[in-house]
Amino acid sequence: MQTHKAKRVEITIEKIMERRLTEALQSADVTGYSVLPVRGGSGRSGSWSREGQISRGSGMVQVICIIRPDRLDALLEAAFEVVESHIGVVTVTDCEVLRAERF
Amino acid sequence: MLQLAADNLLSPIVLSFVLGLFAALARSDLSVPEAAAKALSLYLLFAIGFKGGVAVSDHGIDAKLGAALLAGVVLSFALPLVAFGYLRAISGMNRTDAAAVAGHYGSISIVTFVAGSSVLSDAGIVAEGYMVAVAAAMEAPAILSALWLVSRGSAGGQRMNAELWHEILLNGSIVLLLGSFAIGWITGAEGLAKIESFIVSPFQGVLCIFLLDMGLIAGRGLREGSKVLDAGAIGFGLTMPLAGAAAGLGMGLLLGLSTGGVMLLMVLSASASYIAVPAAMRVALPEANPSIYLTLSLAVTFPFNLTVGIPLYLAAAQWATGG
Repeated sequence: MQTHKAKRVEITIEKIMERRLTEALQSADVTGYSVLPVRGGSGRSGSWSREGQISRGSGMVQVICIIRPDRLDALLEAAFEVVESHIGVVTVTDCEVLRAERF
Repeated sequence: MLQLAADNLLSPIVLSFVLGLFAALARSDLSVPEAAAKALSLYLLFAIGFKGGVAVSDHGIDAKLGAALLAGVVLSFALPLVAFGYLRAISGMNRTDAAAVAGHYGSISIVTFVAGSSVLSDAGIVAEGYMVAVAAAMEAPAILSALWLVSRGSAGGQRMNAELWHEILLNGSIVLLLGSFAIGWITGAEGLAKIESFIVSPFQGVLCIFLLDMGLIAGRGLREGSKVLDAGAIGFGLTMPLAGAAAGLGMGLLLGLSTGGVMLLMVLSASASYIAVPAAMRVALPEANPSIYLTLSLAVTFPFNLTVGIPLYLAAAQWATGG
């Protein structure tokens, strides 16, 4: 089956920053993304879990975008403005998709 | 006083908190799912707001309402300044972290307020219903003080923007608390009679489960966060509530509040936020370490207020007002 090269960008960021990030992506014409909850983890500030979290300042989400390679820089610039000073991880990996026109 | 303290320590809500604390420290797998914790907090906010509104509807508004709101705002602005100076003096904390912590101690913990109201109710003492509105008014000003503290001499004013203002003033807790207060005020005793079986009778039981969860969170915080706190910071977390309560006592007496009102203003001034302010700090002050302010607020000050502080503040309020 014919596949097409694409980039998968995963941005793990604080839940409180989710809306700011997705709005920045939208403004960079990145309209396709998925937001997943992160159950827990550990980082420079210690370990944490979603269970029982009542503070709006706690918790992380992962925003996943799959885009054409030529649109990667615009996405990263938009994302970087939001995540620059915040806790989070941005990764970019190569992937392949079946229907290129959707990206 | 000792009897009051003993009664408080052996109450179901405090023992539920202790159970959660123990379970977390013993690394039990006991947990309250995030969605359940959120539902419990929605229930408590709705119930406390509604009952406050009904109390105002029953007793009417007096001239003290505006003065009490203003006093709450002044306390919320001023307490971070005291907390910042005190914390910097007794611990080695840097300016940014100290300002973030200070912001938490000017704002309030609504769960501590709920627990204080519950103790008042058990003692048969009535407080001004509008203290719920005072609680809401005290949430935000401390955030501004914290940001001012960290940005003195720099371009820190840029940390505040319209989006952050929106989040601070219209966060879900504030909207629900003030909204349910308005519903209670509008519908009054008749409205309460219709939903009494939902918001009055189960209240203590729901509070117990919520405090069980708070105990778990505090225990986890102690386990993980104790590494980031020095002795000075822990001392601050245990003594700053007393300074806040003293300020609340003075302000309550100045306003001529009832014994219950004075006690609740002390509780509000002594408590530290762990819902609204951490969120604002993550957005506006991301360089501050969240482990420090969350651990101090949740794992040090909240347990102190729940176990020792609340009976102490009630005794002081009774002594000062002759109530």
